[in-house]
Amino acid sequence: MNWINLLTPLAASAVIAAIPLMLAALGELVTEKSGVLNLGVEGTMLMGAIGAFAVTVQTGSLWLGVLAGIAAGVAMSAIFAWLTLSLMANQVATGLALTIFGIGLSAYIGRPYTDATIPLLADMPIPGLSSIPVLGPSIFSLNPLGYLSALLLVAIAWFLYRSRAGLVLRSIGEAPSVAHAIGYPVVRIRYLATLFGGAMSGLAGAYYSVGYLRLWQENLTAGRGWIALALVVFATWRPGRTALGAMLFGVVMALQFQAQAMGIRVPSQALASLPYLATIVVLVIISRNRQTIRLNAPASLGKPFFAGS
Amino acid sequence: MRRKVLITMASLAAAMLVCACGKQENTTANASAAASDAQASAASASKGPMGVAFVYIGNPGDAGWTYAHEQGAKAVEAKFGDKVTVTRVENVPEGADSERVFRDLASKGNKLVFGTSFGYMDSMVKTAADFPDVTFEHATGFKSAPNLGTYDVRTYEGAHLAGVVGGHVTKSNVIGYVASVPIPEVIRNIDAFTIAAREVNPKVKVKVVWINSWFDPGKERQAAESLVGQGADVLMQNVDSAVVMQVAEEKKIHAFGWDSDMSKFGPNAHLASAAIDWSKYYLRTVDEVMKGTWKNAPVWGGIKEDEINLVALNDTAVPEAARKAVTARHDAIRDGKYDPFTGPIKGQDGKEIVPAGKTLNDDEKHQINWFVEGVEGSLPKP
Repeated sequence: MNWINLLTPLAASAVIAAIPLMLAALGELVTEKSGVLNLGVEGTMLMGAIGAFAVTVQTGSLWLGVLAGIAAGVAMSAIFAWLTLSLMANQVATGLALTIFGIGLSAYIGRPYTDATIPLLADMPIPGLSSIPVLGPSIFSLNPLGYLSALLLVAIAWFLYRSRAGLVLRSIGEAPSVAHAIGYPVVRIRYLATLFGGAMSGLAGAYYSVGYLRLWQENLTAGRGWIALALVVFATWRPGRTALGAMLFGVVMALQFQAQAMGIRVPSQALASLPYLATIVVLVIISRNRQTIRLNAPASLGKPFFAGS
Repeated sequence: MRRKVLITMASLAAAMLVCACGKQENTTANASAAASDAQASAASASKGPMGVAFVYIGNPGDAGWTYAHEQGAKAVEAKFGDKVTVTRVENVPEGADSERVFRDLASKGNKLVFGTSFGYMDSMVKTAADFPDVTFEHATGFKSAPNLGTYDVRTYEGAHLAGVVGGHVTKSNVIGYVASVPIPEVIRNIDAFTIAAREVNPKVKVKVVWINSWFDPGKERQAAESLVGQGADVLMQNVDSAVVMQVAEEKKIHAFGWDSDMSKFGPNAHLASAAIDWSKYYLRTVDEVMKGTWKNAPVWGGIKEDEINLVALNDTAVPEAARKAVTARHDAIRDGKYDPFTGPIKGQDGKEIVPAGKTLNDDEKHQINWFVEGVEGSLPKP
């Protein structure tokens, strides 16, 4: 067996597993860049997953399903934004509550759908590129949601660091009082950033239930929303690094199963713990350089903004 | 400031409320742990329908473990009608949390309480000691008490029949096994499956991938895909979701369903499902408790008791020879003429573990911690 035969399925499995993590993490990144900390990602992803799955079952249309997943994510983050930005509730507590709420509500809505089946969202290999060894099958023969995810990554990176609106968003995350004094509508922009984050979490959930697993079961995401939250810190609030981090997670997750299937005699529990070990190692490496974190973490993250203060 | 705290608390409370509704929708159990135990004897002494309670680890919508138990609960309702009131509590986490649920059910006057997950064991032992008038039954456990029985199903017999089919169907001679958590029950299933598959086709190798979780469809999918990538053309599983079946359908290979009929998730891929039927056991036990004849004796039913079988064999994918072989093996096990764990059985390293002529007894089967020859994969060594 040559190395291409080993690497190709590994890379393909890793990329597919990484996409929902990346989508949710990118959404949260934009939210956090505006200074809002939304810990409700897991609950929002679950609502996106069941929203997308239920609507797909009812209408037979995968795309209506995906839109419904995004809408469910927006609705969840609207609740969060109203509580924290208008009513000034504590962001950490509200985010945790939102996750608990999402787990319960998605389970409740999902009851009739646990036996349902939906059509496959077919892969669309790009002619030519998809025959490149290793990379072809993994990144050039994704399903449409996979390509959409790649576009979103580029768009978000461009928006944050190359557009004027992105600059305003970041300045609000760093110094909301100053931005307010200059005349920017801090609360309105934070609302938009939070709703966008919710839409991305909803899309991540939709990808997971409709694009990847094609089924619904209670608590389907099994903690991936929390991994996405950790990824944002892991990537020191940078879009490119967020994508790389998600990929790293995907590789390590895929590796544990590949190694077992290949008969490599490593205790499976040790392999299962690899993603978490990798996170800790990278966090330690990043934290050695305090400036890296200080430069990139939005200075007002998690702090409520009072227009009068 | 006070407003902030109030709002936060209100949102938390709202979230909790919705969770509670979602998770215990059709139960009569109250979350309040303060129910007085004194009410218990009063409630149970009164004539009327007998209270029967089922405590589930998941929700029955799953095609899988809890679904199979729910079919049993429905059978009890259908047969005993007005003579019983059946209560279900779903999504009860294992461990200390479950004790509250068992105490609550016992104090509400239920005469018979079924706990359907391994991790409820210690909670049930503690609760049973405090409610001597209530009969408790724990699925898959090994600790008992005068009023706490244990019951289980010989799932390995279902896995063994699946192995007969798998050995006939595989062309690549590689069968992939998506396994959950490395405990004797799962190891026993893998061994029984492999023994049958290699009896039919000695070239068969069974590749095992552990996901180290009872529930994570994402991992189940990755495990199944890795096995397909390594050449498996038949997938067997010891997990609950239908993901493995879907992967097989997408990759145009074959797979077996587990715990319940999973044919709808992969009409072409589905070979057969090893399905558990708890209903006969549940009907018998309810009847015994009602008549007062219940005695604590561990129950481990299998093919003989009609509690496990290989169902929904695929007409096009399963060859006639395999069908005949399965029927023959089923009947031999039913009549007590065959046991998969009869020697000679060689271990993974080729050394003999069970000598010719010897059959493992139930205690030995309960402690299996070795793979048979033909299994590729590692077991965590203590």
